[in-house]
This record gives sequence, C-alpha cells and structure tokens, in this order.
Amino acid sequence: MPQSQRFLAALEANGYDWFGGVPCSLLRGVIRRFDNEPRWGYVSAVREDSAVGLAAGAAMAGRQPVVFMQNSGLGVCVNALVSLNAIYEIPSLLVISWRGEGGKDAPEHIVMGDIMKPMLDLMNVPSRVLSADTLEDDVAWTAATIRETRLPAALIVPKGILDAAS
Amino acid sequence: MLRADAVRQVVEALPDDHLLVACNGMIGREVFTARDRESTFYMIGSMGLALSIGLGVAQCRPDRQVVVLDGDGNVLMGAGVLATAAALAPENLHHVVLDNEAHGSTGDQRTVSDVVPLEAMAKAAGYVSAERVDAEDLAKVMPAFLAKKGPALLLAKVDKGNQHGIARVTHTPPEITARFSRAIAG
Repeated sequence: MPQSQRFLAALEANGYDWFGGVPCSLLRGVIRRFDNEPRWGYVSAVREDSAVGLAAGAAMAGRQPVVFMQNSGLGVCVNALVSLNAIYEIPSLLVISWRGEGGKDAPEHIVMGDIMKPMLDLMNVPSRVLSADTLEDDVAWTAATIRETRLPAALIVPKGILDAAS
Repeated sequence: MLRADAVRQVVEALPDDHLLVACNGMIGREVFTARDRESTFYMIGSMGLALSIGLGVAQCRPDRQVVVLDGDGNVLMGAGVLATAAALAPENLHHVVLDNEAHGSTGDQRTVSDVVPLEAMAKAAGYVSAERVDAEDLAKVMPAFLAKKGPALLLAKVDKGNQHGIARVTHTPPEITARFSRAIAG
C-alpha cells in the first residue's frame, strides 16, 4: 500500500473526519490523494491559521479535524493556536512537514526547521516525529493524546514518508 | 449610528435557532451586552478568524444557519478567507459586517475600508450576494437578508466610538466552547 494511503487509512481508523490545510512538497502524496478523491472533503485553505480556524469550527460541530501544513505555516498559526485552541480547549491534529531538518535545506527553511519543535513545546502542543516503521502507532498516539487533553497535538513529517506522488 | 446600536439590531433580528460567531474586540462584547445566547461563539482572540470558524461550522452542518458578525478590521485581516467562503459556497452562511473604518477596540486607528469597499471584495471573490445598507435600516432588512442564499454579505457603515458600559464576556472560553458545541448539536 502506498505510504500516503496507509497514512490516510490510519487517520480514518482513528476517527479523523475533517481535512484541510495548505500543502508542502513533503506532504505531496497525501494532498494529491485529497485532490483526486473528493470523498475526503479536503478544504484548500488560503493560510494555515485560517485552516486552524476552519478546523475549530468543524471540531465544535462534532468533527475530528486534521490540519496539514508546512512548518513555515506553524509561524502563521501561533496566534490561532494560543488565543483560540489553547484557551477555548478546541482540539485539532496538526500534520506539519519538517523542512530544514538537520540544517540541510533551502535557506528560508533552516531557522524554522531548527525551532519548530521548541515552538510546539513552548505552546504546550505535544508532538511526535512520524516514522514509516511506527506510522499506525504514531497516529493512534495523536488520537489518544487529543482525547485526553482536548487540545491540539502535532505529527511532524520528515522528508521521505508522505512526499511520494503515489 | 454607534456600532453598539447596530449590533443590537442585528442580534435582535436573529431567529433563536441561528448560530452566531461574533468577532473579537468590541463587537463581541456588544453582542454579549445586547443579547447573550448559548448559540453565540464569542471569539475573544484570534483576530481575523471569525469567518473561518463560522465557515467551518456552516460546512459541517449544512442543516443549520450560521451568521458571522464581523468588523472591517477583522475582514481585512482575514481577507483571503472571503475566497474560501466563496469557493466552498455554503448556502447557510450569512456574513454581517459593521464597518466603522477603524480599529474601534484599540483607539479608532484607521483601517483602509474608507477607500476599499469590503462588499465589493466579497462580491468579486464570488459571494452569491454582497450589499451595503444604511445602519438605520438593519432591523428592517435582516429577515430578507437571512432568507437569501449564502454565502451572502451585508455591510453597514457605523460611526466610530464606543458606547459606555459595554461589559466583557463573563463566560470563560471553555464554557463558550461547550455552550456553542451543544447549540450546534441541537
């Protein structure tokens, strides 16, 4: 099974039922699947914080949302995460690509690649780095974490897991 | 007309079963002061996201009517979301904008809506309808506006300045979430 299909199957198996965001090349495989399969109802948002807002509305309407973004978008989302999700206790799964991992990437990604994890920690957003070996466990961990905290949790997606076009 | 009076006209015209997302700043506080309802989401932070939140609700619950009450500063900050609303085209989304051409909660510093007509932006994005009315006529036009197919926008120009005695929302944010979620679930 292609990895992106495996990932979406794991999300669905854990009850996630609303999808939206802004793409990243490292998430290309999943986003292509969304584009080709309208049944997912993926919302192509204009900005990452807007996707977080849409997801908050969906969550209050009883859905279990997932927001996809490049880590550059985490910077855009800071105020939404702290002045909406955190104080209102509105959950959401954030699937965030890891551009700039290990300092090897285009210049614009280096700083965010370095500070993304501390930023999530600072905002009290629990996170895990997605691994192909433990993909199902990683997704199940997010669902269990969100059930417990009623707050956002994040999966950090390194290069080479969800970027394949298949 | 002062914004607080326009807010009162809007919320008094809302049928009980309509969900309301009120933007941050004085507008949300004026909504709370005029008419507190379980079915109102008072967005006290996250400026610019009221339309996103309302759109998310409207998209997930096409059987419910959703009204977003916004100000010009909020619309301009989240202007790109006008495009998302137009693209998703929820018929059950109604967007009311009270435009005082200023950031009224921080001291009436000017926005740019005196030269950029927000209803024209919504119309250009692809809202089914977007119209400007006189604030004095809000109470009269609200029922017909809410009967329109969405996404629809209604904008009224209001005066700068805040009414005295407008309370802060006393419900805690988690209480607001719980109440609003219950109201959506019906």
